[in-house]
Amino acid sequence: MPGARPRRSVPRARLGKVFAPYLLSLPAGLWLLILFLIPLVVMLSLSLQSCNNATGACVMTWHWAEFGQQLSLYHSQLLTSFYFAGAATVIDVVVSFPIAYWIAFYGGNKKNFFLLMLLVPFFVSFVIRTVVWSFILSDQGVVLGTLKHAHLLPQSFHVLATGYAVVAGLAYNYLPFTALPLYVAIERIDKRVLDAAYDLYASKRQAFMNVILPLTMPGLFAAFLLTFIPALGDYVNQQVLGGTSDTMIGTVIQNAFLTNLDYAGGSALSAVLMAVALIGIFAYARLLGSTAIEEYL
Amino acid sequence: MTASALGRASEGTRVVRTRRARRFTRLLLPAYSWLVIAYLVFPIAVMIAYSFNKVTTGLPQVSFAWNGFTLEWYRQWSSVPQLTSSFWLSIRLAVSATVLATIVGTLLALALVRYRPPRFRGKAAYEQVLFLNIAAPEIVLGASLLGLFVTINLARGFLTLLLAHVAFCIAYVAITVRARMAGFDRSLEEAATDLGANSLVTFTKITLPLIMPGVMAGGLMAFAISIDDFVTSNFVSGSAVPFPVWVYGVTRIGIPPQVFVFGSAIFAFGIACAIASIVISRRRT
Repeated sequence: MPGARPRRSVPRARLGKVFAPYLLSLPAGLWLLILFLIPLVVMLSLSLQSCNNATGACVMTWHWAEFGQQLSLYHSQLLTSFYFAGAATVIDVVVSFPIAYWIAFYGGNKKNFFLLMLLVPFFVSFVIRTVVWSFILSDQGVVLGTLKHAHLLPQSFHVLATGYAVVAGLAYNYLPFTALPLYVAIERIDKRVLDAAYDLYASKRQAFMNVILPLTMPGLFAAFLLTFIPALGDYVNQQVLGGTSDTMIGTVIQNAFLTNLDYAGGSALSAVLMAVALIGIFAYARLLGSTAIEEYL
Repeated sequence: MTASALGRASEGTRVVRTRRARRFTRLLLPAYSWLVIAYLVFPIAVMIAYSFNKVTTGLPQVSFAWNGFTLEWYRQWSSVPQLTSSFWLSIRLAVSATVLATIVGTLLALALVRYRPPRFRGKAAYEQVLFLNIAAPEIVLGASLLGLFVTINLARGFLTLLLAHVAFCIAYVAITVRARMAGFDRSLEEAATDLGANSLVTFTKITLPLIMPGVMAGGLMAFAISIDDFVTSNFVSGSAVPFPVWVYGVTRIGIPPQVFVFGSAIFAFGIACAIASIVISRRRT
């Protein structure tokens, strides 16, 4: 009688164990399938359909011409996006590398405090942060108004509604996404490797170029992925800080979907943006593996 | 005097540094870093300052110019009904999305930590989907979700917001929980099983308490991402307008000062939580 219970429960337990990983991952898998992967397929299919602008009804026509049409209409906005996102990314790397280096090597027991300081912008809503920058950069605002008052700048000088304001906003909003991966990568450098370089009579410069920089490369790549790709599709900075002459592709996509209800056109442009992002994503996964990004989040 | 003090401090380090290099790491680098921190904090200070700014025109809108100090907007924090309701909607949305995403994401993290390919085929596929989900531009996620909802004719509102928010929170929860489970000791679970606990009891009495810090961290991450989300929400919100979407909407027509009051309050709350967590973690170690 005591032996009967285990014998009966063993097959059931085994079956449960066999399916355990699949059962555990099923809810997340279904959610991501239905609300992440399928929408991407739907988006691609929408971009190949022809829609009736009056009724909004779409029919599948394998209409690849939508891509050419959209690209010829909006290639300058796409280029502007590359240009602005690229500029913001370069600024962020240059600005945040020294501070990441300093926190990692000289932060001591205050590291957590300094990291919190890097994250401080995230405690204010993204939209509000951008709006506040429009206040700061406005013609009579805190900075420019004061400088103009002191006659350090001509009255006609303005930043708001130019590309500079957009790049400044992007650079500010994405700085923590650059600084943190760089910090993680530099933090991980074994200080003994650096000591070895100095023992072998490396100069400060040589040690930096031949030891620190190569070892920071994975972090630099992660920073690029987490800064450039979101900045590429950003439209809040452009809408709040930029003018009408330097529209980014994100604004075009948003207007296509929400204002013009041109789902086919908007989907085609989104697909182009996704394709660009995928190049970076695949390159990253190839070089460093698809779980590598997790170390930098 | 300073130079000699610095010189004494660095005596005994293996690296022989020149005076210039020392000045760089001891003075220039910290000064520069504090400058960057000041740059990061500056807009927040401006936001808080403007939440105290008087309004001289008839319309209650924040003006670029400084008109004097007032507490009026803090007293009337709830006098813009749409703003208040959008804020509570955001809270409800973030709490619901956090609960759902934390449960679903934690289960996925358990599967990813415990099982490898012979037992768990498709593990690599899951990892790639998580990576893709995090690295993809948010505008593409939002736009494609809108495309889906339009195609299946689902009315946009709280439900579509919730579906979308959980979708982009799962990956962050799964990754956070997974990272915190790295040093998890399976032998404790085996001990519980050996002592006759069934799998439910083992899970609730042993596994869950052990992974709880990671689950909490994942949940906090999900909450922070959900409550601040603008891009995806703007695409799928429809009739239900969350806080960031509402604020974005009024940037065109003039921002009521209460927006900055809410911003300052959220900031103060977030910082208080962060400091508390640092203090608690320091006391434990």
